[in-house]
Amino acid sequence: MKILNKKTIFNIAIMLLAYVLVFVLINSGILSRQYKSLIVPICVNIMLAVSLNLVTGFLGELSLGHAGFMSIGAYTSALISINTSFLPPALSFFIAVVCGCVLAAVFGFLIGVPVLRLRGDYLAIVTLAFGEIIKSVINYLNFTGGSKGLSKIPLYSDYNNFTVVFIIMVICIVLISNLINSRDGRAIKSIRDNDIAAESIGIKISKYKVSAFVIAAAFAGLAGSLYAHNVGIIKPNIFDYNKSIEILVFVVLGGMGNIPGSIISAIILTVLPEFLRGADNLRMLLYAIVLILMMIFNNSKFKANLSLNKTFRKLGKED
Amino acid sequence: MLINFIEQLINGLRTGSIYALIAIGYTMVYGIAKMINFAHGDIIMVGAYALYFSISVLGLPVPVALLLTVIVCSVLGVLIEKIAYKPLRKAQPLAVLITAIGMSFFLQSSSLLIFGSTPIPFQSVIPNENIKVGPVTISSITLVTLIVTAVAMILLTLFINKTKLGSAMRAVSEDKGAAELMGINVNSTISMTFAIGSALAAVAGILYISQYQSMKPTLGALPGIKAFVAAVLGGIGSIPGAMLGGILLGLIESVSKAYISTELADAIVFGVLIVVLLFRPSGLLGKKKIVKV
Repeated sequence: MKILNKKTIFNIAIMLLAYVLVFVLINSGILSRQYKSLIVPICVNIMLAVSLNLVTGFLGELSLGHAGFMSIGAYTSALISINTSFLPPALSFFIAVVCGCVLAAVFGFLIGVPVLRLRGDYLAIVTLAFGEIIKSVINYLNFTGGSKGLSKIPLYSDYNNFTVVFIIMVICIVLISNLINSRDGRAIKSIRDNDIAAESIGIKISKYKVSAFVIAAAFAGLAGSLYAHNVGIIKPNIFDYNKSIEILVFVVLGGMGNIPGSIISAIILTVLPEFLRGADNLRMLLYAIVLILMMIFNNSKFKANLSLNKTFRKLGKED
Repeated sequence: MLINFIEQLINGLRTGSIYALIAIGYTMVYGIAKMINFAHGDIIMVGAYALYFSISVLGLPVPVALLLTVIVCSVLGVLIEKIAYKPLRKAQPLAVLITAIGMSFFLQSSSLLIFGSTPIPFQSVIPNENIKVGPVTISSITLVTLIVTAVAMILLTLFINKTKLGSAMRAVSEDKGAAELMGINVNSTISMTFAIGSALAAVAGILYISQYQSMKPTLGALPGIKAFVAAVLGGIGSIPGAMLGGILLGLIESVSKAYISTELADAIVFGVLIVVLLFRPSGLLGKKKIVKV
């Protein structure tokens, strides 16, 4: 119990420190406008990475449709806040975000059902298909603005309202990491390690698989709604297959099944492209190389020897 | 009305046969290496650019350029397998899948860096003429596509069923370990599978670019994914399944484009995939697998 307390205090200290640091950076004018505008995308990407990690890292199923859930959250919340501009901003934003989150969760449930029948490669392709379907339906519908998208979304979650975004992000991280360390979280991890063994000791695979998908989708929707209220303009093409892959890269680089890793890699990979400005093509190449090298490295003899080494064992995966 | 419908069906047959050519590559690789080669769709793109490069930049005559395209793609397919997939042969499926996605991104972004993102117009290598069969008009490109696909499929079926190398392939996909004990070189068989699959993708790329006459680095992504859908629809691992799935998918797509909505056509195609997987997870012609504990 004591160790847990120490760890909790440490985590709270880090979060407070991060908050104060960013707050000072924003308000003291050290950061230029360009870097200030990166702060909310960093938070959004962290939420996306952590929630995808729940499905890919802890449940062990590859989801290639995470951007689809994000787009549902973004569109729902944007439509609501555009149409409820008569309400006080805080209330309107609250309703929008909650609805975005809930609707994304509903779609997460819809995709969670095929999850029960499929696994591995087939499941990955179904999630991909799901993402594409969402994209083309949004493109087709009238009230979503078609391929022109929605614009003039009130900027409720830009860097001036950083505190709100930060609190939502912290809630997201805390909820998911507490889930992972709970009884349910251990059940989810046992499904990843061996689903047949897990089922034979009485773990309800269907329940845990669907709930992992629903939770991940809900947080992706939440991240999407923050995204929409940060940029002000959303188009269906933003939430395509490439976006899903980008989130996957965050998870893979940070380490599958490692939440601090996801957070760090989401921060690095959001800030890094700013330094590579004008070389956007290089960014995609970099992502591709990261994916391939990480996978080959993870399965190499070098890594296996490294994890036997005492010094490195401490730094290794936390679960 | 009826004539229009027949023309739509012929269009669907044309797109479908291109999907079928690509789907065969997916299915062969899946059968033998038990992995989805996500980069397969991008081989089509490499094929299209290789053809463009050898005709427009190097100025080679068309037959040489076609041959060169097929060779470039086959070599690329084999190289991809050696560099990215071979080290992961014993790894968990998730790792292999992520590597394959990485490879697909790698090919796309490299060609983006080399050729830029502006679409390059490219004159078809097949002379474009309209042929009238009774009241129905067929373009020569469609006719060539159908003939080439049919020939390729017949040759492939003969190769797999009648030759020694073909039976080696079937043996490896049945049981890798047992095949090795029988003296089959598993590594070279896998390389050969990748080479054949990529050569078919190159042919598909040539036919595709003759039809659309404009190329960009992402041109292979969507046909690649749809061909994968076709492979799954027919039952992944089964070559006749891939042919059937490809043609069915092409027909569905062209009919829904003509009669429902162009924008929703993709959604319908992917919807079909989800429905098929829910009710028949092993596809139309696939074999059901029993998992032993």
